[in-house]
Amino acid sequence: MKYSVNSVWENKDVYDVAVIGAGHAGCEAALAAARLGMRTIVFTVSMESVAMMPCNPNIGGTSKGHLVKEVDALGGEMGKVIDRTFIQSKMLNRSKGPAVHSLRAQADKQEYSKAMRMVLENQPGLDLKQAEVVDILVEDGKVTGVQIISGAIYRCKAVILCTGTYLKARCIYGDVSIETGPNGLQASTYLSDCMKKLGVSMYRFKTGTPARIDRRSIDFSKMEEQKGDERITPFSFTTDPESVQREQISCWLTYTNEKTHEIIRNNLDRSPLFSGAIEGTGPRYCPSIEDKVVKFADKNRHQVFIEPEGEYTNEMYIGGMSSSLPEDVQYEMYRSVPGLEHAKIVRNAYAIEYDCIDARQLYPTLEFRKVEGLYSAGQFNGSSGYEEAAAQGLVAGINAAQKILGREQLILDRSQAYIGVLIDDLVTKESHEPYRMMTSRAEYRLLLRQDNADQRLTKIGYEIGLVSEERYENLLEKEKMITSEIERVEHVNVGTSEKVQNLLIQYGSTPLNSGATIADLIRRPELHYNILAPIDENRPQIPEEVAEQVDINIKYDGYIKRQMRQVEQFKKMEKKKIPEDIDYNDVKSLRIEAVQKLSAQRPVSIGQASRISGVSPADISVLLVYLESMRRA
Amino acid sequence: MFFEQENISSAEYAGTREGADMMKVTETIAAISTAMSDSGIGIVRISGPDAFEIADRIYKGKKTLSSQPSHTVHYGWIKDGENTIDEVLVMLMRGPHSYTGEDTVEIDCHGGVFVVRKILETVLKNGARAAEPGEFTKRAFLNGRMDLSQAEAVIDVIHSKNEYALKNSVSQLKGSVQRKISAMREEILYHTAYIESALDDPEHISLDGYGDTLVEKVEELLKELKKLIDTADNGRMMQEGIRTVIVGKPNAGKSSLLNALVGEERAIVTEIEGTTRDILEEHIQLNGVSLNIMDTAGIRKTEDVVEKIGVDRAKNQAEDADLIIFVVDSSRNLDENDFEIMEMIQDKNVIVLLNKSDLETKVTKEMIQEHLDKPMIEISAKEEEGIYELEQTVKEMFFRGEIAFNDEVYITNVRQKEALEQAFTSLKQVKRSIEDGMPEDFYTIDLMDAYEALGSITGETIGEDLVNEIFSKFCMGK
Repeated sequence: MKYSVNSVWENKDVYDVAVIGAGHAGCEAALAAARLGMRTIVFTVSMESVAMMPCNPNIGGTSKGHLVKEVDALGGEMGKVIDRTFIQSKMLNRSKGPAVHSLRAQADKQEYSKAMRMVLENQPGLDLKQAEVVDILVEDGKVTGVQIISGAIYRCKAVILCTGTYLKARCIYGDVSIETGPNGLQASTYLSDCMKKLGVSMYRFKTGTPARIDRRSIDFSKMEEQKGDERITPFSFTTDPESVQREQISCWLTYTNEKTHEIIRNNLDRSPLFSGAIEGTGPRYCPSIEDKVVKFADKNRHQVFIEPEGEYTNEMYIGGMSSSLPEDVQYEMYRSVPGLEHAKIVRNAYAIEYDCIDARQLYPTLEFRKVEGLYSAGQFNGSSGYEEAAAQGLVAGINAAQKILGREQLILDRSQAYIGVLIDDLVTKESHEPYRMMTSRAEYRLLLRQDNADQRLTKIGYEIGLVSEERYENLLEKEKMITSEIERVEHVNVGTSEKVQNLLIQYGSTPLNSGATIADLIRRPELHYNILAPIDENRPQIPEEVAEQVDINIKYDGYIKRQMRQVEQFKKMEKKKIPEDIDYNDVKSLRIEAVQKLSAQRPVSIGQASRISGVSPADISVLLVYLESMRRA
Repeated sequence: MFFEQENISSAEYAGTREGADMMKVTETIAAISTAMSDSGIGIVRISGPDAFEIADRIYKGKKTLSSQPSHTVHYGWIKDGENTIDEVLVMLMRGPHSYTGEDTVEIDCHGGVFVVRKILETVLKNGARAAEPGEFTKRAFLNGRMDLSQAEAVIDVIHSKNEYALKNSVSQLKGSVQRKISAMREEILYHTAYIESALDDPEHISLDGYGDTLVEKVEELLKELKKLIDTADNGRMMQEGIRTVIVGKPNAGKSSLLNALVGEERAIVTEIEGTTRDILEEHIQLNGVSLNIMDTAGIRKTEDVVEKIGVDRAKNQAEDADLIIFVVDSSRNLDENDFEIMEMIQDKNVIVLLNKSDLETKVTKEMIQEHLDKPMIEISAKEEEGIYELEQTVKEMFFRGEIAFNDEVYITNVRQKEALEQAFTSLKQVKRSIEDGMPEDFYTIDLMDAYEALGSITGETIGEDLVNEIFSKFCMGK
């Protein structure tokens, strides 16, 4: 749709950064920019939808928990807000290695949204404005402002697009198709055309959400109770762990059955996904229940998690059963599940289709290559998930501010953070579905743990200016304690006294023939730092999180060192920058496919080039020699 | 972490130090740097920061090499553990005064394909990695040892060597080996994806007891890998040897020749699987010289589509051959097909066989000499006469160094064996991790390493394999 209005006027307030959208990406972007001294304005189609969670009521989860920790370590807000508003918390994968421990909290959706909105409202230098942005103003390839639906123009130096799933959004179930954003909110209709006008190429993606069911209509006696952790770990490194030990609300587990599947199979022809009414590409990792039934036909049941949407609501989220089947089928299908026989549906399940961009048009800074000062983050970039959005929003906010301040842009690489993996994947790899973070996408995941996000990133946050002096000092103190305690346990020999042998036997460990150090014992899989306390007499008092670091660093030392060596190699390739104006046609002996891919994507470094599919190691060698000859010329 | 705000343009780029600094490599590489013939001396070259250290690990002489001055030669032995491999001369060159500009050690041995290769393998076992095609040249250039005018030539070398290696590594790999490796990779990927799905979605997929299942699988895989490594040791994984192609017009007696060569109790090392219908291939040893012999479709002008494909393939094979045996039917007059073949093989290593010496002769040596100046032998493939002379001629050419192995084939084989061993080590590590009770997420690190190593043999990269496997095989939640 082309926008036209007669009453154009220019708002005379001065802004540095305009953020379009106040979802999870928009909130982090706006806060980061404002905290770095930028006069910032956030536009949202509805003030009620600030930091809204239109789908699942969780923050965190596998690998997403890592993202939240990293956002927090850099000075972002998501971790702090969820620490104040969760109603249940669980460390997933606790029985696995430390690299895959992931924190997940059930959020009180409304409380989360309110708390985040409050942070924004009270942030000096940050203004909120309810309005649909219809145009991005660009002069000489640079952003100069935005225009809103009233015709008003707001001038600014940088714009961050965080429009989520609102662009040309369409919600669908059965033969019902309504042009709205999530939760029936107003879609954003004009901005897509503005993007096309700017020469940005777009994708159409699809995602979906399950029904919400009235708590009073559910029979929980037929379900298994899912409780939270006894000892809760907070997300934010700044949250006092004692402050989050509070009463939790349970989730519930039930299962679909053959009858459910039969209902679905009998009605597949009425699903817009199978009839072709939905053209967008859906994510493979969160399939609708009809997808699961078709694709995994041999499974006779699927798990269904019933999760509260908040403390002061009866709405329950039906995890595992997202759908776009017609309403009558939804009733029949949900009611076939044990415990849901009398279910009253408060909100129907639906699929949503929306416009997003091919993020390969962005620099790893999240700035558009074609338009200076235009950044984008979140689902608009083809990702999925609140946490992925927040992480990008933070980086885009930082970079927009840094650019205006004439400072260096922040690019986290794949060896530094999940955020680095996320953004690198988005801007480098072709994707035909919404991108979700996964721990298997991080090649150096042993180094990128949720427990050491502060050690990896807080210094960077401090240098940028988002982390306080005090917090940074605390980190340095913690690191000092870790180093000296590791040093100590490497040198304390426990001898072979009866006390030592008895303790070893008690934990099923082989007694010692000759002495060993505490560190040697920590390396045994059945032992760890804390249980060795009785035989480690001069052990200093150290905080639990320091003890954890000592344990992990010693126990997995071999693997950690190995990944560190790989990282060294990796860094070399990342540091090797490719000149902006290189003409790949001039590089003799590059294969045609490589020339095409490289010319289209214009990687910033040899490292990034090597990750583009269709570029071979031989092409990289050829490119290196070419760059060296350019350097010498 | 931080990225320069101003994107560098090529003008600014010129003269930056950044380029040169980054080029400094930490890995030490090694390769055989002489042609793989039995002639003269064989040289194994090691280049990189650990070159001296690695050489010291396997060299036994009067002195430690690392303590010796640059540009000196030392006499001693190369040992693989307790076993002495060969008596050698070792030449030391410290960077930047070497071909690559890095610390370089050259081990000159008595040659002999087997010995050179054994030395290379020992070097690799002790910390070097097999050089990629063209890598010495690449390093020489990047380290400023070659001048700018040579840049294009360097790129050409890298390009052509890579193309060649790629063609070799996959096409020379026996079909059966390729299938086995692919099957192993599939298995590894499946288990990795299962574990990763469970890690990503612990509430839907459980790993209870999975270690026991996996350890069994890993043991099976280790056994199979061991077999493959042994195969590689015997040189049977690759179709290596002097690539010899028999050409001639139809009914010249090519197949009888092949039968004669193979038939007499000569050791047939392998039966090559997966050979194309139109090209038969045999691996034979002539007193220590390996020949990889291909019999081709008779070359003639033809309208028949199927036959034409055969003829074209024969021509391609001849093009790539190290040695061509041109069989002429001396009982029939030379015709346009013979002339076409002679034209085609002018610049090749050729032995001409005047076959059917038992019949009335219509073609003489002189008649061929006019068109093709190559060694000629009169034989009767049917009566098996002249075969001995053929053998002698091949051997002489080999020992004079006129025909040589394409060294890339050997090197490729060494690289592939190295990859097999890497995969073996990685799977061993998986087994150890399971037995030690390490958490499951550690298994997949080594599983993926094994997967990658095996992929490097069949020329496949990882890409999005794992993520695709996870989504296609396992039902994730939400």
